[in-house]
Amino acid sequence: MSAATISSNTILSLPDQRTASMPKRHYINNEDGMLSWLLTGDHKRIAMLYLFSITFFFFIGGAFAGLIRLELLTPQPDLVASDTYNKFFTMHGIIMIFLFLVPSVPATLGNFLIPIMIGAKDLAFPKINLLSWYLYLIGGTFTLAALVLGGVDTGWTFTTPLSTHYLNTHVITAATAIFVAGFASIFTGLNFIVTIHRMRAPGMTWFRLPLFVWSNYAASILMVLGTPVLAIAIVLVALERLIGIGVFDPTKGGDPLLFQHLFWFYSHPAVYIMILPGMGVISEVISTFSRKRVFGYSAVAFSSVAIAVFGFFVWAHHMFIMGVSNYSALVFSLLTMLVAVPSAIKIFNWAFTLQKGSITFETPMIYAFGFMGLFTIGGLTGVFLGALGMDIHLTETYFIVAHFHYVMVGGMLMAFLAGIHFWWPKMTGRMYSEPLSKLSAVISFIGFNLTFMPQFILGYLGMPRRYHAYPAEFQVLNVLSTAGATVLGVGFTLPLLYLAWSLKYGEIAGNNPWQATGLEWQIQSPPLTENFTEVPVIDYEAYDYERLERKHANEVTTVG
Amino acid sequence: MANTIAAAHEHEATASHGHDDHHVSLPQHRHHFETQEQQREAGSFGMWLFLLTEIMFFGGMFFAYLLYRNWYYDAFVTSSNQLSVPLGAVNTVILISSGFFMALAVWAAEVRKKKQLVRYLILTTIFGLAFLGVKTVEYKEKWEKHHIPGASFDVHEFINPAIDAKTGKAEQRPLAPDMAQKTQVFFFLYFAMTGMHALHMIIGLGLLGWLIYRAQRGDFTDGYVAPIENFGLYWHFVDIVWLFLFPLLYLINRHPLQ
Amino acid sequence: MSEHHYHDASNVVNPEHAEHHIVTPLQYSYVYGGLIIGTIITVLAADINLGVFNPIVALAIACTKAVIVILFFMHVKYQSNLIKVTVGAGFFTFIVLVTMSLVDYMSRAWGLW
Repeated sequence: MSAATISSNTILSLPDQRTASMPKRHYINNEDGMLSWLLTGDHKRIAMLYLFSITFFFFIGGAFAGLIRLELLTPQPDLVASDTYNKFFTMHGIIMIFLFLVPSVPATLGNFLIPIMIGAKDLAFPKINLLSWYLYLIGGTFTLAALVLGGVDTGWTFTTPLSTHYLNTHVITAATAIFVAGFASIFTGLNFIVTIHRMRAPGMTWFRLPLFVWSNYAASILMVLGTPVLAIAIVLVALERLIGIGVFDPTKGGDPLLFQHLFWFYSHPAVYIMILPGMGVISEVISTFSRKRVFGYSAVAFSSVAIAVFGFFVWAHHMFIMGVSNYSALVFSLLTMLVAVPSAIKIFNWAFTLQKGSITFETPMIYAFGFMGLFTIGGLTGVFLGALGMDIHLTETYFIVAHFHYVMVGGMLMAFLAGIHFWWPKMTGRMYSEPLSKLSAVISFIGFNLTFMPQFILGYLGMPRRYHAYPAEFQVLNVLSTAGATVLGVGFTLPLLYLAWSLKYGEIAGNNPWQATGLEWQIQSPPLTENFTEVPVIDYEAYDYERLERKHANEVTTVG
Repeated sequence: MANTIAAAHEHEATASHGHDDHHVSLPQHRHHFETQEQQREAGSFGMWLFLLTEIMFFGGMFFAYLLYRNWYYDAFVTSSNQLSVPLGAVNTVILISSGFFMALAVWAAEVRKKKQLVRYLILTTIFGLAFLGVKTVEYKEKWEKHHIPGASFDVHEFINPAIDAKTGKAEQRPLAPDMAQKTQVFFFLYFAMTGMHALHMIIGLGLLGWLIYRAQRGDFTDGYVAPIENFGLYWHFVDIVWLFLFPLLYLINRHPLQ
Repeated sequence: MSEHHYHDASNVVNPEHAEHHIVTPLQYSYVYGGLIIGTIITVLAADINLGVFNPIVALAIACTKAVIVILFFMHVKYQSNLIKVTVGAGFFTFIVLVTMSLVDYMSRAWGLW
């Protein structure tokens, strides 16, 4: 790693890794054999299992994104027929949302880090944690089954009556997949809440918790309270298809909008399930690489909880043009604006954390900067869409697609990659190639903007989403977008390659390569199965870099 | 005391005796919990969070019920009066009794009385089965009267209700044909809600069988009562759902003619 | 040893902790009797024509019974504040689902609802 430029404000310099050595015993080599992984109760191993599975599904979902962009290269419908195209974007949506974004940070980084960050040996319910992974796999299998059997073309929203009456594809298979994967998510959230309440180490009070824990806690509340509503909505859709019950069928007296209410009651909070853990990652990374305590710690912590609570009051802004009453649209539009407040609190506090910090530009920090810019754009365009008049013009166009991807890919995926790069040395004990990873971060950033910035313009000009053909005058922007998607594909494939390479050939990382303050950095990397050799006692605040320096100074005299 | 737990995880069986006199080390004590108490409270908190998801799961159906009851009130009243209030009331009492014995089972486990624990669990099971038995009778009646939503659903008697022989008046207010069709919505919700409730009971009865087997082995009468307590929470939750289902489905309006 | 004060592994100084309280069979019997009486009142009240108050009375009794079950059979009365808040959060979220959706349905057809 390049020696960072050290300003006079720098409290710590990064350690010399030439002296680092791999510990003899750690969670990866503690037990051998396939079964020891498949039946493990160790939160770190389950996190790794999750990491491999979500990466697999990410690249499948990404392949569908590639196919969509390929079709949209030309205005004519020349690559696939319209219903095949529908299946492409449905699969892209289902896989990316339910099998990648929802479990991404919580199930991998959260599983790995939350027990360590609070000083516990494991999550409260290791077996339920493992069950969660198996449920995820079953959900994934059903999704793949729906794909192999011939696909499903409802869009990821399963809108009734389209999904109940007009389609002859594998809706029930896909619905089962989402139902089961939903329970995987519920169990992860349940486990986190109990663990954070019950398993904290001595002295680890709520306001000494790292902000990553706070944001995962807030997301867990949403998982536990929101997901079952999706489950019942999905069950009712399946029953309507299977035995023709009429809860959503207008000809039998049902109301199709009831489905939308139930669906968005989960699926709006779901975007906060996806983004909140990412925000937690960003708090950790920004603090570490500017060597400062996060500005306004309690404001950032409470803004996570505020986002979670507000998240339950805004869902009908997805339904403004679908027949909800004008009055309720007014109410929901107003409430939607409120969510901007806690999100802005976070962005401003991160900016103030950077101010006068000793900033270094390691890979996770580059991703974090990408997150801040892209999430701000995504968030602000969200305010456009929350405004009633604008929404009627922009909804169901590419503007929505661009907004959503700015928040989810530009925000969440950048945060996920920031987190993976930040904690990779802890998870594997090895470093990746720093120049390559910086390059791929920059490539992702450029590719991302090239892909989705034109889509804002396309949407504003009126190009509708979910069509496989478009008027010829939109081609230039679409070609730009497809070119960007190609660059983005390279940016996402590179980490896969160099991270896999680093598993064997990477430099030994040492315990604390970033000189971060979190409890997870004070133990060996990779950690022991039991995490800690003795129960840690916490008598200091989170992000206390001066304390770390004192500890560091003491160690130099004692360790030979 | 705080730091003496440090070494406990290495040899929990021997070490955990030393650091805490108030807690007897049980084989069910999992290593990642420092104390028995912590494990017990974590377990019950986890169960409560699971019940929250159940509240929201049933909540979606209760909301659908509320909506359609207001939209199609007349159809809901008429079809609700097709249900047998005596059977519903008896079933409510049966289920409350089952819950009562479950509560007693929790007490028996807490005071470590194995024989009583097994007895109360068995009584819980018997009353649970009785509830399902009555439910089967009710479902069978719906089948015979063509009140099961679907192709064979019959709205005839809602449009032309039977005439009471004594008074010469209709037994209930006749419905307009389009409103009569909406009785299907009621019956669908009836079957969805009671069916989902019955499914929870069947799962619960399965768990009860397993608990009885383990209680007989003496698993829960040596201080380790968490499974009994947590199952009790689940069983009482299922009771509560029924406490709402009974008035909402059976007793919408008993005076349709006035 | 100032950190000693913070140690809440067994949750002794923690508001999230409550002693393991044993409810006696006698208390359970009272609750059981109350629930049975509640059921009888529910059925009897439904047979009296109270107009719009019929569903209100029925739901009020059902809510009372549910609260009794939650407090005593489910031991929430003797549980920590954490559990109490958790139970409240569940019902609160359900109320949010109902009221916020009803805002839409009621204002879609003013006066017809």
